[in-house]
Amino acid sequence: MLYLQLFYSFFKIGLFGFGGGYAILSLIQHEIDRYGWMTQQEFVDMVAISQMTPGPIGINAATYVGYTATGSVLGSVLTTFAITLPSFIIMLSLCKIYFKMKDNVYVAGTLQGLRYVVIGLIAAAAMLLMNQATFIDYWSYILFAFVFLGSLLFNLHPILMIVISGIAGYFIYI
Amino acid sequence: MSEQVSSELKLYGQLFWTFAKIGTFTLGGGYAMIPLIQHEVVTKRHWLKDEEFMNMLVLAQAAPGVIAVNASIFIGYKIRGWKGMLVTSLGSILPSFTIILMIAACFMRFKDLPQVEAVFKGIRPAVVALIAAPLFKMAKAAKISWLTAIIPIGVTLIIWLGNFSPVWVIMITIATSLLFVFMKQRRTK
Repeated sequence: MLYLQLFYSFFKIGLFGFGGGYAILSLIQHEIDRYGWMTQQEFVDMVAISQMTPGPIGINAATYVGYTATGSVLGSVLTTFAITLPSFIIMLSLCKIYFKMKDNVYVAGTLQGLRYVVIGLIAAAAMLLMNQATFIDYWSYILFAFVFLGSLLFNLHPILMIVISGIAGYFIYI
Repeated sequence: MSEQVSSELKLYGQLFWTFAKIGTFTLGGGYAMIPLIQHEVVTKRHWLKDEEFMNMLVLAQAAPGVIAVNASIFIGYKIRGWKGMLVTSLGSILPSFTIILMIAACFMRFKDLPQVEAVFKGIRPAVVALIAAPLFKMAKAAKISWLTAIIPIGVTLIIWLGNFSPVWVIMITIATSLLFVFMKQRRTK
């Protein structure tokens, strides 16, 4: 049953995951919450690990959730397969029709609509993660502000900022 | 082994290795991979022309799913059909799959150590900031106005406070966008 649920959820995530990495995370977050496969805290840790390791975030996250939810390699094979399966179906059919359709007003209009909505999906993921499990004291807000501004204004590398925050965390909380 | 068979095998090897390399050496995923894919596929191997690559990018981003996997499927299919597609997609998935699996297995054992817990207490707010920071750039790229800003703000609120499913939000968006274009078309006729 657990395997069936995982397959269904990750197939759905692959099918509706418009907008790449972070937008996909918001879909994963919703499914995790619904089935209780992980706590929000574990989810954030997973996102951190996904960002520090190479490869697409969507694949990293699917593999990680599959393993943690089942405790077996089979679970992660299943989730990774399920999230990529829609890509095969969609990319193959798109290859055949898209170039005839890309100037179609309906296709262009839908893509523009999705572009607005994806911003909301990612913002919601961030808001949902700003909770008592991740923001434990005033230091959390300081680290948040440091990384937010470092990324927005100075374009600092995400991994560099994760490493700095990790080191800061070690000295603050140990 | 005939020469033809061995050169075919060599091509499949190259297809797999090219995407495995892209998957192994790009941190952060998605957009960081694009210049690397372009270098390998267009400049080095000449599998796609510049224009074909641009079309592929549009397609890989417009379609749902993991962008790097979408790109690998397109390129593999274009070069060697079904078999090519399987080889390139496996190449793009396997490295991150293996690395994450090893980390997940180790992390489960170490995560309760106080040192590890302290490090992650520092990292968690940083991750939230990394998710939130690109939003402004994305809003600018989507040419958002004060009026259209209602859409992402509304979406944020119903998912965050209303616990609404993102999948439903996307289905409703597709339906509304189609309806919107339909009405506009009728009015201009």
